[in-house]
This record gives sequence, structure tokens and C-alpha cells, in this order.
Amino acid sequence: MRINVPDFGTPPAKVDRAGANGVHANGSPATVEVTIDGKRLRVAAGTSIMRAARQDGLDIPKLCATDKLDAFGSCRVCLVEIEGRRGLTASCTEPVQDGMVVRTQTEQVARVRRGVLELYISDHPLDCLTCAANGDCELQDMAGAVGLREVRYEDGANHLEAVADTSNPYFQFDPSKCIVCSRCVRACDEVQGTFALTIDGRGFESKVATSADTFFDSECVSCGACVQACPTATLIEKSVVDHGVPDRSVDTTCAYCGVGCSFRAEVKGDQVVRMVPHKDGKANHGHSCVKGRFAWGYANHRERITTPMIRATTDDPWREVDWQEAIDYAAARLKAIQARHGRKSIGGITSSRCTNEEVWAVQKMVRAAFGNNNVDTCARVCHSPTGYGLKQTFGTSAGTQNFDSVQHADVIVVIGANPTEGHPVFASHMKRRLRRNPAQGPAAKLVVCDPRKIALVRSPHVEADYHLPLKPGTNVPLMNAFAHVVVTEDLIDHEFVAERCDRESFREWCAFARDPANSPENVADILGVAADDLRAAARLYATGNADGSPSSTPVNSAIYYGLGVTEHSQGSTMVMAMANIAMATGNIGRPGVGVNPLRGQNNVQGSCDMGSFPHELSAYRPVADDAVRAQFADYWRVDLDPEPGFRIPNMLDNAVAGNFKALYVQGEDIAQSDPNTVHVEAALGAMECVIVQDLFLNETAKFAHVFLPGTSFLEKDGTFVNAERRINRVRAVMPSKAGMQEWQATQALANAMGYPMNYASAEDILAEIAALTPTFAGVTFDLLDREGSVQWPCNDSAPTGTPVMHEQAFVRGKGLFVTTDYQPTPERANRKFPLLLTTGRVLSQYNVGAQTRRTRNIEWLAEDVLEIHPADAEMRGVRDGDWVSVTSRIGEISLRATVTERVVPGVVYTTFHHPDTGTNVVTTELSDWATNCPEYKVTAVEVRPANHRSEWQEQFAVRTHSQAQALPTR
Amino acid sequence: MTTAYVPLDMSAVAAGADAVAAAFQIAGVTVVRNGSRGMSWAEPLVELAANGDRLAFANVAASDVPALVKQGAEHPKCLGEVSGIDFLRNQRRVIFDRAGEDDPLALPKTTVLPDCLDREPEALIGEIEAAGLRGRGGAGFPAHIKWRTVFDTPADRKYLVCNADEGDSGTFADRLLLEGDPHRLIEGMTIAGLATGATRGFVYLRSEYPIAERIFQAALDAAYADGLLGADLLGSGRTFDLELFMGAGAYICGEETSLLESLEGRRGQIRTKPPVPAIGGLFGRPTLVHNVISYASVPAIMQRGGAWYASLGVGRSTGTMPFQLAGNIARGGLVEVPFGMTIEDLVQGFGGGTRSGRPLRTVQIGGPLGAYLRPEELATPLTYEAIAGLGAGIGHGGLVVYDDSVDLAEQARYAFEFCEIESCGKCTPCRIGSVRGKETVEAIVRERAAGRPADDKLATITDLCEVMETASLCQMGGMTPIPVTSAIERFPEDFRP
Repeated sequence: MRINVPDFGTPPAKVDRAGANGVHANGSPATVEVTIDGKRLRVAAGTSIMRAARQDGLDIPKLCATDKLDAFGSCRVCLVEIEGRRGLTASCTEPVQDGMVVRTQTEQVARVRRGVLELYISDHPLDCLTCAANGDCELQDMAGAVGLREVRYEDGANHLEAVADTSNPYFQFDPSKCIVCSRCVRACDEVQGTFALTIDGRGFESKVATSADTFFDSECVSCGACVQACPTATLIEKSVVDHGVPDRSVDTTCAYCGVGCSFRAEVKGDQVVRMVPHKDGKANHGHSCVKGRFAWGYANHRERITTPMIRATTDDPWREVDWQEAIDYAAARLKAIQARHGRKSIGGITSSRCTNEEVWAVQKMVRAAFGNNNVDTCARVCHSPTGYGLKQTFGTSAGTQNFDSVQHADVIVVIGANPTEGHPVFASHMKRRLRRNPAQGPAAKLVVCDPRKIALVRSPHVEADYHLPLKPGTNVPLMNAFAHVVVTEDLIDHEFVAERCDRESFREWCAFARDPANSPENVADILGVAADDLRAAARLYATGNADGSPSSTPVNSAIYYGLGVTEHSQGSTMVMAMANIAMATGNIGRPGVGVNPLRGQNNVQGSCDMGSFPHELSAYRPVADDAVRAQFADYWRVDLDPEPGFRIPNMLDNAVAGNFKALYVQGEDIAQSDPNTVHVEAALGAMECVIVQDLFLNETAKFAHVFLPGTSFLEKDGTFVNAERRINRVRAVMPSKAGMQEWQATQALANAMGYPMNYASAEDILAEIAALTPTFAGVTFDLLDREGSVQWPCNDSAPTGTPVMHEQAFVRGKGLFVTTDYQPTPERANRKFPLLLTTGRVLSQYNVGAQTRRTRNIEWLAEDVLEIHPADAEMRGVRDGDWVSVTSRIGEISLRATVTERVVPGVVYTTFHHPDTGTNVVTTELSDWATNCPEYKVTAVEVRPANHRSEWQEQFAVRTHSQAQALPTR
Repeated sequence: MTTAYVPLDMSAVAAGADAVAAAFQIAGVTVVRNGSRGMSWAEPLVELAANGDRLAFANVAASDVPALVKQGAEHPKCLGEVSGIDFLRNQRRVIFDRAGEDDPLALPKTTVLPDCLDREPEALIGEIEAAGLRGRGGAGFPAHIKWRTVFDTPADRKYLVCNADEGDSGTFADRLLLEGDPHRLIEGMTIAGLATGATRGFVYLRSEYPIAERIFQAALDAAYADGLLGADLLGSGRTFDLELFMGAGAYICGEETSLLESLEGRRGQIRTKPPVPAIGGLFGRPTLVHNVISYASVPAIMQRGGAWYASLGVGRSTGTMPFQLAGNIARGGLVEVPFGMTIEDLVQGFGGGTRSGRPLRTVQIGGPLGAYLRPEELATPLTYEAIAGLGAGIGHGGLVVYDDSVDLAEQARYAFEFCEIESCGKCTPCRIGSVRGKETVEAIVRERAAGRPADDKLATITDLCEVMETASLCQMGGMTPIPVTSAIERFPEDFRP
């Protein structure tokens, strides 16, 4: 059976911002009346005839048109007759006009459509029955629709011998089946914005091509938009070739980054055949990246562990047991430890990769069954400063906008984020705004603040107006310089500040900003950025013009940032510095503006919302607050500890000190992801009971005593919250391989510990979340099924959610300005460690790589490499591809060097996707002053040519081998 | 003191004009390289000016020079006074009136621009409307409607584009103007800029015209130097910038939307309309697109008035048209006359019949995508309306003559092949239809040779032609059926055994 997804052929009518096109003076779209096949229809002005007809259920045949792409008019199958007009007209490119009379079926139309199909088929293999797209091919459908019965052309020139390109791990390109509709090229341009594809040659020689010999070697980022757009089997998923066309689909949400793309998981039986981004997905609008669309095979990877395991010591081999035994064993050990070392000697860590419901269960278990507040979450090591900083200034620990807001931005400032790698689908969204067709108004201006020359600085049809390549660790003086320019040049939105912000703090902030110490000229040397560029960028942000002159129309400026802001010793300071500048220039509270964190993992926002922090219950309410605590205590029928518990670093420090003895870690691999690996390993090694719940025997599990198998997102039921506060549904596509959902395991453990938990479903848990969390008060599975998704706050006053926050007033009342003194990190380049190492990630991989390394994404990054500038490499005798040692005051690792000008001299860069690299062996114990978010982004190092692995890496190899031996043989 | 005028135009140079010029220099004669008079059949057409006389000499070779200098009017190649040559005397030159008179860069740079600077846009557009000027690129669309649309469409910037991608085989009017009188075009475009509000123009020139490129660029530089282009036209405060852009050798870029794509730096591929370029053209801005001849007609209209211009020609086909005679013709070249002359008068009167002397069998009018006419149809007057009545078009004014040795089936095959070679490949009917059409005509020719009828294949061609005509995205595929069906309908005997 065919999975039918409606396709209106062309996008909805565009309404330009000036309102000149198709809009009444009152702002509502103008409509026109058109008669199609005798039926009168009223549709928005600017709608194509094709879309107008299809919206009414009348399908005009088409091949080159699809509603994700602008009309192109090349296939000539959609011709219709328009009364009073000579000849036939393509219905995809022709907008309706008032009074237009259209006939979609006439004798001539039928004849010509058949003639066009006859031409197509004269150069197409007639292997439909054995074709991978059989039953899911638009060419096949159209041949049927127009009644093609015969191809009269004799054997002539053709492309039937063209050779397929199977270089991409996930899809193939078979040019012999290509109809040159350009949908793939247009998808790459318009949807993805990579411009990797083109039509090469002209006329009959026209063919789809990349700049290289194969897709794999080209600029292609493997997002799959071309595959999705292809109407034939030319570009097709290899999984479809292998398994056939899927027969049912389940709507769900991607479990990779914080964009939270909606997908249709297309399935045959229990077998996922392909993941197709959902056109109605409000975060992704039908687009995806290589991870979401293709890298889901880890769910069936042979290394996946699906049976619980226990062992007395980490030197013992693992023993497979049933769930009951594993849970009883874990509970007994935890209880014994608490009896010996006290109530607070154990704790748990929730995961940003798990659902809200799973997270909720864990934090509840810790508070109610463990009887302490020793719960923390992996957001500790990524966006905790966002939560703190935005709460202080605005009153809410979350980004201010929805993603679509970026289409209304006139100036975009990207700080410490690399969206094309980390948040690729949002990057495509942003790039659309950065290269807008001039007919729809000017494209947005772009400022990139990043030590590296990231792709947004310059890539096809996108170029930053200013790239400020600041030295790692100097974000705060950068923002202070912006503040100085805004205050001293009086680029302040006085009306906004007077009405919306706290007056006293604003005055203090102005005095602070005015300090000549913060002037661009003064900080230029600290940053390594020219003062003129700083001034121009600040003016651009404040006014829309690099010279600071006022713009004739209101200007929307938006800040987007990532872990390059938060993972610093002054991460929280920087978040507040950005909030200050946004308030001072009035760039808060409407579409197109805001302070927008790009969240790393799929459910960072949700896991924080759920009360995963040791000092906060859900919705960021202090556990020390008696009223809040009483509400939970009543609902949960248990006494709650008023004293905040341990953060992750506290847990680890106390473990080393002998005070913290047991840890339950769900879906996080702290032994790989957290800084100062040797310290983490020592802490884990010192604990008496480590319980790991995960898909794989990860690095942390090598120190574990109990292993509980987890479920992949394809097996989960629940909700994720993405970076824009959007609550998305996750639905099980296949049964749990482990036999239990995470929340069920957590519930069983809580029960075994003596605290009764009795949820029957994830939906039950969500009901409790809604009852206890004001921002989630209106959220139910029913609502989400109906709306697709909603953005919190979702409650009686916002029954379908809140796309833009702080519209009328700040959540905290008056926006609070906070002065942001620059305190340089003690981690500085010096004689011994003259380079600054900064870390990040790449498109093909995700976090610790547990998932992506177990897919063919590994073909794009088989090992972590060190990026080093040619000058630094030359000085050290390092050539491209050489093995180098990276040493910090904490540790040493070896890896291969890539010599590139993407980094500036003095800065080196690597990723942490491969555990055997041990990137965090060299990162330090320094962390954000307010939240303990580690300073991953600044480590002073030296780089030398090396001919061996580091000592830690040798130990790692030994441990990996022995732990593999400890696994039951299968 | 004698001055030798030796044309610099490409056809003269191809016929040895450079060597002729060198020979005159060696002979101590002052040489001026003028533009061509359009008498291609007589190139190199040398003119010797002395004592107020200006004698023309046809087909001069370098070896003729010493004798020519010595004998003057007595030389057998002498055609007499230039002004007395029938081929020129019988024309009515409005656009090409100065071409060939002198070094193209020495011709007056401006005639009427200073007056136009004082006139309101509406007045200028009104003049074009009164003239009844229609686009000379082929479609014959009333120019004033485009001008007014560009003027009326609000935008931050507007553009002019001149289509000088003269790709029709047998046509060369654009080239002769660019090589012979480039300032005429610059002035015409500048006036169009004033009228429409466009402040920046581009001339898109085909890469096969290196001499035109050199001359036109020099003319642009000179115009800038004299304040006739740039930020402050003749001190008026008005701005018009003009730039030369070289194409890359694609016929399809002569189609206006492909040309705009190419000009924007993209693959030369058809854009769908709407929007029409006058509303959303170059870089999405309102853009006036005309060919060289349309713009070059403007100065005369402004100078002598739209009513005067409209008095030339017949009915709605007003003004003059530079027709270009080519193919198997005794006197090929450019003939600028008012609309209304018959094809016969042009081909026989000016052209002198076939070059081979054999009977004329057909004339293809309007370029490679134009119709093949029968001899009895040549009495038709050259007006847009009358030619359309034949199912043909004037196009860019090219007429290609064939004698009775022509095989119209081969011409039909060639029409498809031309389309195959030049198709951009965007739309299906043109991309695949051209190939299938060529193959099917080849099959018909094979059947013919074998003495078998091919009615089924002719029926397929008929259906294919309907598909290409009605379904193609642009005129490339849309007009390819015209030569094919005209050949089949008018010369059916060539498609039968």
C-alpha cells in the first residue's frame, strides 16, 4: 500500500513583508475567485492554478512541481487551458487571477500531456516491475494518469546506459532513470542551501551533477532533501532498494539535536524503511539532516545490549539476568550503601536524550525514593548558563523565539554556534533568510562571532557582513564592547527600556558600559579583532546599519548562540551580557528578534524543564521554596529534602573524597563527555555501585555494576522539548528491544527502593507533569496529537502554546540589566602551553558518537582530528595528516592533524566523538562561576609531532579490551 | 589627399579587409577603418575619398590596391559614387544612416540626448507610443507598453538590458550597428533609461563578436569620458550607467529570460513567466529588455517625432526594419527599409536572386526557427501582420534564400537538430522532442530513399510539433515546429519517395 502525503504542487502564495503583494491594507491576504473545471473557488491571491485546484482535491498532473519548492515550470505536464488565452499554460507557474476560467481536461490538454509523457518514456528504462520505486514513482503515476499507451519513437539516443553512483552510504543516484526535472537541484538550493548539485550540459545532454566525480566526494552534506524530492527511483534510499516501499508510517520526533525535527517513520512490519521529515513539522517544515534522516541504524546495531546485566565488581564478568533480578540487585545495593553511608551518598543523572516522562521519573525517584536532591542532568555541561542567565534577566530559562522567527530578522548575530554543523536544519532555515530573493525585500545582514571561519562566514550565496574571529575566552569583553557602542553612541531603544525594563539596573548597566575599559578600541587587543569591525557590528545589531544611522523601517535583530557562549568560566555572564544588549536595543518580545540558544541535544530544554537540577523542581522552582516543595510533597505523598543536592561535579568530587558512593546514570556517558576524564574515571572507580541505563556498553558502563538496557527513540513513547520550547511527540515505531521503557525500569527501581510509583503509561506521567508544572499545565497527548506540537508556556491563557515570549512584559516583570565585568579565565596561553584548544562537533557525528559511530556516518569522520593553522603547524614541523600529541596541564592525547585556515593562528580545534581519542583527557576542571558548566572551549595546550598514542590512550585500549572480555559471549 | 575607407566589420575582415588596409598604408594612403555599409556581397567595400568625391570599390583585394590608387574611377571594381549605388540609394536608412560613413568612434556621440534630458518620462514614453515602435527582436511587442510598465513598477532600482546575443543564422544587423555606429545604441539606451527610471544598463553581447566588443567598449569609454554616461549626464544630475557583458556562446541566451539568468551569473536557462521582466527582471527588479535595433531606433524617433516615424511603414508595422539577406543570394547584406516592401522586391530587387543562378525554391524568413516559404508567397508585403498571415514571422529580419537544389526534408531535420544543439534542456518538449524529431525525420529520409512512404512517422511528427509548439517553455522549442511544418506542408514532395 502507498503512503499518501498530500502535495499541493507549489508553496502557498508568498506574502512579502512590505505587504505590497497580495495583502489588503488591513493585513489579511487578498483573495480572488477562479473557476476551475466549472467549480468556483476563492483562494489567496498569488496562489498557483495548480495549488488552487489541488487544495480543492483536483489533482492536475505534474512532475517537476512539489510544494516544498518554488514553481519551475519545466516538465510541461501540468498544462491547462485558460479561457481567452492562446495555447496552453503551465498551471504551476501561473497564478490565479480574479475571474479566471480554467479547464484542466480538454482533448488538446490530454493529447499534449500524453505527448510529453511519450517523450519522457522514450528515454526511460521500462523496468517498472523490478524498479525500487515501483508503486512510489510519480513518473509511473503520470503515465497512468494521462493514459499513455504507446511510445512511437524508435530506438534513438538515450541515457539508459548511464552508470549509477552508489558512493553515498545511504542513497544512490541512478542517472538512467533521471527525468531532469531539477527537483533535486532545487531542493539542494532552496531547501538545504548547500548548492552541491547542478544541471551539467545543455539540451539532451543535461544531467544532474556535483562538482566532484561522486556524490560522496562533493560538497553534498547528505541531508537527503534531493532524495525526498526525486519523483522517480533516480535518487533513492538504499534502504528502500533493500527492503521495498514502506506500507505504514508513524509520526515521531528526531532524537538528535535540539532542532527537534518531526518525521514520518516509514515502516514495513517492524522494519523502519526510511525516515521522512514531516512537512507539517513546525520546527523543520519537511527538512532534515544526514543524522535525522539516515543515521538511525544504531537502533539495530549488533553491539546493542538488550538484556539486563549485573556484576559484583568491575573486574568481574557481566552476568545476564532478568529485569526483576537486576532491579532487586540494584535496589539492594543502593539501600545497603544508604544504610552505611547515609541518605545523601547516592544520586542520579537524567539524560537530555530521554523523554520528559523518563526524565521526570528519574528525578522523582531520586527525590522521593532516594530521599535527597542529588539529581543533575547533562545540561549541566552544556546550557546551564543559559538557564541561569536568561532566568536572571528575563525570568525564564529558555530561548525567546520560535525558529520561524528568523524569517523576520533583519540582522542575525551568531555567537559561538556553528549551525550548519550542529543544527543543520535550522541553519538551512537561517540561510534562506540570508539569501532572500531581492524581489521579496533585502536579505538579512549577518554577524558571526567565532574563533573559527565557520561555513556561515562564507558559503554559496551566504556571506557574513562581519566575521569577528575573537580569541577563545573573550566573549564577555566582546559583548561589553557592543554595550559600550550602544550606550555611548546612544543607539538605545529608550521607549522599550523605559516601559519594559528595570530602571535602576539599566542606569547601573549604562554606567558600566560607558567605562572606556569596555570600548572597542580598548578590547580590540584582548579579542584580536579590529575595533572598527566591533563598532560596525554593534551598530549593525542596534540599528540595521553598519554606520549606526537610524533605519527608516523598524529593524529586527536576533542573537543565536550555542555552546561557544556557555561552556566558559564566564558562560552565565555572557548570557546575561547578550540579554542586556537585546533589552537595551528593544530586540525582545516580537517575531524576528530575541536571544536564542541553539540547544545541543534533543531534549536539553525538556530535561531542564522537568526539574532535573539539584536545586530546582520542575519549571525552575527552587526546591528550597517551602510552598513549591509542599505542592510536590502532597502530590507525591512523601517528605522532600529542602536542601539542594549535588551537581555532577560535586558528585564526582565527593566520590573521590569517599562521600558519594552510588550513581544511577540514564542515557549519558559522563566518562566520555565530561571534562577531565581522568578525574571522572577516578570518581566512578571509587563508587560502590554504578547503575548505567543505555543502549550500548558505553565508557561509563565500563565502571558499572548494573547495566539496564535502554530503548532507542524508535521504541519510545512520550515527549521531547526542542530549543524553541516546542513540545513534540515521540511515538514508538517498533516494540522495545529491551522489553521495558526507561520509565518502567525507573519505576520498578523506585518501587524496589520502597517508594511506590504506579504509572500505567507515559501519558500518565505527562498528566502528572502538567498537574505540577505551570508552563506545561495545558499539555496532553490529545492536544499534541491535535496540534502536532505546542511551545510552552501552554496553559489556560495560552491554550495552544507561546511561540514568542515576553511579548507584553517580561516573565519576571521588568527586564533586569546585570553588569558583566570581564574576569579572564585563568586558563591562558603561556610559554609551556602556547595554543588554545577549543572543542566542538561536526555534522555527521553527534555528541559522544554512541549513536552516529554505529551508523555509516562513520564514513565521514572515522577519527577525531586536530585542526591547526598552517603557521602553527609549520612552526612545529607538523604536516597535514601527521600524528600529533596534544598536551594540557591536565593530560595528553594523540591524534591526527588537519592543517587548515579555518582556525586562526594560536587556536586549535577538535571534536570528542570518538572515545579512544579521549579529547576530555586534556580539558580542565575550570567551569562557569554560576552553574559549573565546564570550560570546554578554552584549554591551553601544546602540540608536537608524535609517533605513539598517549599513556591514557594506551590504558584506554587495555580497559576496552578487558571490558569487552567481560561481556557475555553471544 | 586621398583617404581610403576600409571597413573593419567582421565580414569585411573575413574577406581580407585588414590586408587591404595595410596595402593602402604601404601605398601611402591615409586609411580610415569605417563600419560596414551593409553591402556584404561587395566586401571588402573600399571607399576612396578625394576632392569631395567618394568612390566605392567592390571586393577589393590587397593586390588590387596599387592599381586602384592609380586608376581611381577607371578601375573595373569601381561602383561609382557611394551615394549613387542603387543598393544603398533605394534604402530608407533611419538607424543605419551613419553607419559606414566614418570611423565608428568618430561619429557624433549624441544627437538628441540633451533635449531628452529636459523632457518628462511620460513625454518620452508618449513619443515611443506615437511612433508605434515594436520590439525588433522577433516578438514585435509594442515597446511603449514595456517602457510604461517598467516606469510604473515601484522598485529600489530598475535596469535596462540590451539583447545583443544575435544568434539567428543569417542575421547580422546588431553586429553591423555595434561595429558601425555604437553611439547610436548608447544614446538610445540612455534615453530609455531616462524614460523608464532605470539607472543602470547592460549590453549582453555574444562572444562570437570580438570586433563589436572592442568597438563598443571603446565607445562606452568615450561616452563616459564625455559625461554622456555615468552619475551626472551632461551635468543634468541624472544617472545612467552602461556596461558591456560578454555571453558565453549559447544561442538560448538570446531568449530574454535566459539572458537575464546568464547576466546574473547563472546557467543560461529559461525562467518561467510571470513575472515578466518589465516587472521582475534582472535581480528581481523591473527591467526593460530590448534588442539592439529597438534601442537604436529611439534617437531618430526622439529627434524627428513619433508621428514622423509612424508615417513610415504600413498600418501597425511602423518605421523601418533592417532586413538581412543571406544564403544563396547574389547580393547579400543589410537592407533598411520601411515595413511594407514585398519579400520579392527585397530578394530579387536588392538581392538579385540566387547566387547560383538556379531557380529560387524557398526563402526561410525569421531565422532558423522561421518558416520556409514557397516562391509564390514572396509577393507578400513585409509587415508583421501579413507575414503572420503566412504562419510565419519576421523575427529579427533575416531572410535566407535557397535555390532548387535544397532538400526540405534535410532542412526539417536540421531544424530539429538546431533545437537539439541549442536547447537549454529545461523543458521536456524541447529537450527530448528535438532529438526524437530529428531521429524521426532521419527515419523518414531513410524510408524515402528506400522508396517507401512514411505516413505514420509524418503523423508522429505532426503530434510532436503540437506538443513542442503548445507545451514548450519558450520560443526555442515552441517555434522549432515552424520550419518543420512549413517544410512538410509547403514541400510535401520532399518527404515522399
